[in-house]
Amino acid sequence: MENTSKAMIKARNVNVYYDDNHAIKNVDLDISSGTVTALIGPSGCGKSTFLRCINRMNDSIPSCRITGSITLDGQDIYDKTIDVVQLRARVGMVFQKPNPFPKSIYDNVAYGPRIHGFARNSAELDEIVFTSLQKSGLWDEVKDRLDTSGTALSGGQQQRLCIARTIAVNPEVILMDEPCSALDPIATAIIEELIEELRSRFAIVIVTHSMQQAARVSQKTAFFYLGEILEFGDTSEIFTNPKVEKTKDYITGRYG
Amino acid sequence: MSPHHISSSFDDELNSLRSKIVKMSNLVEEQYKNALIAMQNKDQELADKVRETDRLVDQMDMEIEKQAIQMIALRSPVADDLRDIVSTIKISAGLERIGDYAKNLAKRVKVLSHGKTISVSSRFIDQMIKQIREMITDVIDAYITRDIDKAIEVWRRDEEVDNLYNNLFREMLAYMMKEPQNIALATHLLFIAKNIERAGDHATNIAELVYYINEGELLALKRPKDDSSNYTVIEPNSENL
Ligand SMILES: Nc1ncnc2c1ncn2[C@@H]1O[C@H](COP(=O)(O)OP(=O)(O)OP(=O)(O)O)[C@@H](O)[C@H]1O
Ligand SMILES: [Mg+2]
Repeated sequence: MENTSKAMIKARNVNVYYDDNHAIKNVDLDISSGTVTALIGPSGCGKSTFLRCINRMNDSIPSCRITGSITLDGQDIYDKTIDVVQLRARVGMVFQKPNPFPKSIYDNVAYGPRIHGFARNSAELDEIVFTSLQKSGLWDEVKDRLDTSGTALSGGQQQRLCIARTIAVNPEVILMDEPCSALDPIATAIIEELIEELRSRFAIVIVTHSMQQAARVSQKTAFFYLGEILEFGDTSEIFTNPKVEKTKDYITGRYG
Repeated sequence: MSPHHISSSFDDELNSLRSKIVKMSNLVEEQYKNALIAMQNKDQELADKVRETDRLVDQMDMEIEKQAIQMIALRSPVADDLRDIVSTIKISAGLERIGDYAKNLAKRVKVLSHGKTISVSSRFIDQMIKQIREMITDVIDAYITRDIDKAIEVWRRDEEVDNLYNNLFREMLAYMMKEPQNIALATHLLFIAKNIERAGDHATNIAELVYYINEGELLALKRPKDDSSNYTVIEPNSENL
């Protein structure tokens, strides 16, 4: 699969329901390559729900129904011809809690390339594992113990291992749902630095409850409120001069 | 007024910052009131008081800056809170400069008390000081009540101070040519007027900051800036004499 660096997601009039619960309402959003897009908003406003729509993680929730359209490079990701496993390789996801497989560090990273048949031989697989760990900034710390379990790493290291696992399949988009919420400031700074480096090659969408983190890492910010996007724009503008009163109240910590 | 912060101690800190600015502006305004009386009555004691007050003003500026920096570090403010706190540091610095100019007036009371009075100039200086005192009070009022119309109004009033200064400048030139033995005195009066004119510029900057806090944009109107004294030339035989 070719990694067109101009990956572009267009969400149009997206609505999501969990049975009667209308969780996402008429959301339009463009996500560009080379850009970190932050999704912010109060708990329960639909950030994770929307994020999961982008790589069809909601498919596994029986009560969940989605209308509208989401395209990746012009292709409808909910089209019947779409192979969901392929889609999730193109649109990878990093979760709040690091969730390495109970396998060796090497196998954690090699897992995706193996099932997608990215490597023709073990030398190529070694190469993919090496570059992925290098890009995620973990290589120097684990190069001497690639055969030890991924679960034996520290929380921050595990999160970088999960990022390595995600980028090993050469995605176009990386979705991150509160990736630093369980990490200390140093591990957080390392992940943020990594996000900045990855940005040139991927489109990144990050959900975060830390306003400072959103301000630090993203170029675009979408403010979600009760399932709607109330404000979307340049991060620098949103954090110095938000146009919508509700956005201002939220980011400055006022009663809405 | 915007709704309160969920953290009430943050609101308390913002309020304490604001009340310090009010207190500081009252001190500065009083400096001008006393500087004028000291000049009129050649009252050296009162002039000394103006200079002492300036030390208080400097101290308050440092206090405000320290508290604001602490709030930025501990609260990581954004949006209008950030604009508010950063601008408050600059407003405080502006008031401090305005206070310095009052101190400068007070310093000249000694020289003035040796000379005679030049009635025309004192009328202009009275008016300039009246203007500057009102500008200080009104601009800080606009800051506290977040009243941008009032801020713009103060901003426009700087023109009047400039006009008074320009008029006084012309008077003084004429006077110096007529009575060269009083050039020293006239020069002091000119410096006094120039100081007040500069204070007006700082009050105008504060008005711009108040606008910025509220609107998140710079005041884009064009100020009718006209300090024509930069170009005034009077020939000995000109009609101005
Ligand atoms: N698996 C699910 N089944 C049913 N309802 C769900 C499910 N996941 C989320 N919801 C509902 O959808 C709405 C949006 O939830 P979502 O998890 O997307 O919010 P969020 O913005 O990510 O919140 P948080 O910041 O707390 O993570 C909520 O009303 C929630 O109860
Ligand atoms: Mg969530």
